[in-house]
Amino acid sequence: MAISSRQKAGWSALNVLVILWALFPVWWIVALSFKAPADIGTDGGSPWPTDWTLQNYAAIFTTTDFIRALVNSIGIAAIATAIAVVLATMAAYAITRLRFPGKRALIGLSLLIAMFPQISLVSPLFDIERGIGIFDTWIGLIVPYTTFSLPLAIYILSAFFREIPWELEKAAKMDGATPFQAFRRVIAPLAAPAIVTTAILVFIFCWNDFLFAISLTSTPRARTAPAAIAFFTGSSQFEQPIGSIAAAAVVITIPIVIFVLFFQRRIISGLTSGAVKG
Amino acid sequence: MSPGPEVRDVTRDAASAGAPPSSPDVTEGSTDPLQRRRSDAARAERRLGWALCAPAVIVMLAVTAYPIGYAVYLSLRRSDLRFPDAARFIGLDNYVTVLTSAYWWDALAVTALITIASVAIELVLGMTLALVMHRTIWGRGTVRTAILVPYGLVTVVAAFSWEYAWTPDIGYLAALLPAGSAPLTETWQAIGLIILAEVWKTTPFMALLLLAGLALVPEELLQAAKIDGASAWKRFTKVTLPLMMPAVLVALLFRTLDAFRVFDSIYIMTGGSQGTGSVSILGYNNLFTALNLGVGSAISVLVFICAAIIAFSFIKLFGTAAPGSALDGGN
Repeated sequence: MAISSRQKAGWSALNVLVILWALFPVWWIVALSFKAPADIGTDGGSPWPTDWTLQNYAAIFTTTDFIRALVNSIGIAAIATAIAVVLATMAAYAITRLRFPGKRALIGLSLLIAMFPQISLVSPLFDIERGIGIFDTWIGLIVPYTTFSLPLAIYILSAFFREIPWELEKAAKMDGATPFQAFRRVIAPLAAPAIVTTAILVFIFCWNDFLFAISLTSTPRARTAPAAIAFFTGSSQFEQPIGSIAAAAVVITIPIVIFVLFFQRRIISGLTSGAVKG
Repeated sequence: MSPGPEVRDVTRDAASAGAPPSSPDVTEGSTDPLQRRRSDAARAERRLGWALCAPAVIVMLAVTAYPIGYAVYLSLRRSDLRFPDAARFIGLDNYVTVLTSAYWWDALAVTALITIASVAIELVLGMTLALVMHRTIWGRGTVRTAILVPYGLVTVVAAFSWEYAWTPDIGYLAALLPAGSAPLTETWQAIGLIILAEVWKTTPFMALLLLAGLALVPEELLQAAKIDGASAWKRFTKVTLPLMMPAVLVALLFRTLDAFRVFDSIYIMTGGSQGTGSVSILGYNNLFTALNLGVGSAISVLVFICAAIIAFSFIKLFGTAAPGSALDGGN
């Protein structure tokens, strides 16, 4: 089938349309973050700042609150990701490689949690965490993040693990390795790409959370960046500091854009693995 | 994390069980010790399986099952954070309060509307997008990278972008509207815009799942149908769609339950005012604005029951096509 230039132009137009639709709202908030406060509200929402300025960025980085929130976000998401990936790797290995009763129940349980409405946990967790003194701490957020990441991580890792050439494991066992050694020395390195993919997706998930972040914190001590942005205050109670919010929003978008640019293929294979192999 | 000593013993057993049958106690013609060894190995495998899964299971149960049980307990008590001394068992009173309140039913209706509308639009739009990406002659990688940005974007950021876009004087979209209109302050318009924000953010996920499903449809089958004279639409509905049904169902189930817990977009865009609050917003407000732990917990339990009903009907409806069956039977 020959490709006519008209067909090519048609596809190009369609592609450009999709890209614009996906990226324009993101670009617009970037533009907003570089506008001078005086221009916000008078330039008719122009997608190009009249005067480029770093004023909004200077504003968020001169107070400690946003920096603190960034540190919290990075620390909490990184720790929760590490724990979730370790636990999920062990479970996914067992699910794909070992025969044991209760496997179905485990898959059912993790699916149930993947679909769990987080709001159902907010009120009990709020009370429990205050009771045991982890309310408004890093641990208080790491615990629910790990839990809600586990199903996703187990799901993706199991799907990937099924593609690994397990004969190598058998060969290692023949050479006298115990199943645990075979797992650690042979399979774990092979599984590394799957684990990286899972870690990225879990990190994005933790980085994104808002409901737990505003419910289980009450001060900047453990408040993550999305929650901190929502609580930015303007010069008066009824005025939102739009420029600062836009600048902070752009800052927390940077890691996501980096992940997407460098791991596009991995993220897509992670997201779609398992979902289509029936 | 290192396994306990018990696990190490087990793995050692498993190793010796897998040893070559040249060991002295295996005699020719006697299958009995061999069988015993096989069952030893099976038991070792079972115990290793449990040991590897235990940490994940314990965490998941401790952080969901226990709190949901605790939520049930709290929901049966009067538990107002402003009057901690007045806490006592009051039976189903909190549920009566919630279920006889117009707020609950309004919030449930709004949530149902947002869920159904956004998932339906996403399915159509996501399928279109998937077909575009599947069939496009060039630039597929660029398109895929571009649509991953909305997917990965922090929901709060996306919601702010949409909120400001529709704010008079500030936004590019508000500039297109007749002067004096403030769509986010009108109930129906605001709900429409919340749906739009949700659709923009989550269609990429749907599209990627569907694209993966499309890749499973054999090209020869479509060619054969074409030769037999089937129109493009017929080929899509009679060949492509049935073959990618599992992918569609998985995408639908995940997105429906995800849409049902909508919170971030509403919280940022309208704060739930003008009757735009979802059940999640209602639960949050009862806990943190009204400081009523009892009523808040009753709402938590009711939302949980709703989600369970949705999940259950999906699984009942689709049976083996439900997700999870794919992961089973790895051996």
